[in-house]
Amino acid sequence: MSDPIYQLRCVTKAYNGRRVLQVNHLDIHRGEIFALVGPSGAGKSTLLRLLNFLEPPTSGRIRFLEAEFGPNQPVPLELRRRVTTVFQRPILLGRNVWANVAYGLRLRGQRDSALQVEMALEQVGLKALARQRARTLSGGEAQRVALARAMVIQPDVLLLDEPTANLDPYNVGLIEDIVREHNRERGTSIVLVTHNVFQAKRLAHRVALLLEGQIIEIADVDVFFEASRDPRTSAFVRGEMVY
Amino acid sequence: MQAFQLIITRDPALFEIVALSLRVSGTALLFSTLIGIPLGAALGLSRFVGRRLVIALLYTGMGFPPVVVGLFVYLMLSRSGPLGQLHWPVIPSLFTPEAMVVVQSIISFPLVAGFTMAAVMGVDPQLRQQVQALGATRWQTTLTVLMEARVGVIVSVIAGFGSIISEVGAVMLVGGNIEHRTRVLTTAIVLETRKGSFDLAIAVGVILLGLSFLANVAMLSLQGRTFDE
Repeated sequence: MSDPIYQLRCVTKAYNGRRVLQVNHLDIHRGEIFALVGPSGAGKSTLLRLLNFLEPPTSGRIRFLEAEFGPNQPVPLELRRRVTTVFQRPILLGRNVWANVAYGLRLRGQRDSALQVEMALEQVGLKALARQRARTLSGGEAQRVALARAMVIQPDVLLLDEPTANLDPYNVGLIEDIVREHNRERGTSIVLVTHNVFQAKRLAHRVALLLEGQIIEIADVDVFFEASRDPRTSAFVRGEMVY
Repeated sequence: MQAFQLIITRDPALFEIVALSLRVSGTALLFSTLIGIPLGAALGLSRFVGRRLVIALLYTGMGFPPVVVGLFVYLMLSRSGPLGQLHWPVIPSLFTPEAMVVVQSIISFPLVAGFTMAAVMGVDPQLRQQVQALGATRWQTTLTVLMEARVGVIVSVIAGFGSIISEVGAVMLVGGNIEHRTRVLTTAIVLETRKGSFDLAIAVGVILLGLSFLANVAMLSLQGRTFDE
């Protein structure tokens, strides 16, 4: 695996004095699919928000590409724009599918984006629905639009926050294929948050277990599922962890 | 039926009143929109100390009797009033269209700001996080939220227009209902009725009703679009 795109050191996040995340050491590599698994409330989504610079850490340092940030350091826009998130619930604008996919490019001042949008729609199999109102789409289609909207801006890092949690198996399969393909073709680093250990196993190169805001174990996918060191990881993987 | 003849034949006196009404209310609406939409967006999107107080004042303003606003502006702009005695060129004199613009701006601005705030607050709160995650600046985020709330924002402007085009007490106080100078639709109806000149009063009333009707149709069709969506 190549050099880290993110390096987190002693990163904590607290809300109203209550610490919800404490990551002492975490590296995420360029080009990998890194899965974060763990129960609800473990701090997975909080970690994603920190990685997308939507919130600053309470303490610690986050190194992203060549720059390093702490609690009170604003992240430059150019750097912030090299990472994006697809959330569990696809939040689409009240416009048509095409305009939704073009949105991120327009934010970056790219008006002439027709070819890129068309390719992104083709990638997610929704070219035929380009002129349809986004809010009339099914859940699976809407999530694919959200994915196309994120991929079209060609981020260095794509953060996926439970992207298939509310979808049927057919759409889960479609989205997993799109993510896998995008990672392979573009080499985009992908951080996937999921409850679904099987999804992590299918997609990820490395997996981390997060419990009560702390990383319990990080390992290559085979090791994580077949020979984990921590008994809590084994219990989580076997579905024996009650939470 | 003479009333309709006045309308059909485009009676100059009648259309002078219509033109002044639209000019005064249109200008006032422009001012209240320029102030009200940014304020409404700021109140809907940000949290700051004193926000609740500002909202409370805004709600009070939305329900404020226009004639009391007229009295306030009258006292401020009169020769012995705190603003009137300054004799600054930017401060309008009483009994001018400009004074009427001031009073109508004050009446309509809380409505524009209040309804804009409600529209912005009605937008999915996660939308902001999503657009920020896509790389939006703060300004781009605000614009996107306003665009998503556009139907509500337009309704706020129409509501503001409706409140001032049909208002009579305040414009009567600060405008004085002077012929060829400050006579607008509502004050003309009052005067013509008192004079017993019902044809002109009815003609003016029909036009006023038509304008209010158009504003309401526009508002309802936009609200309908919201429900359809």
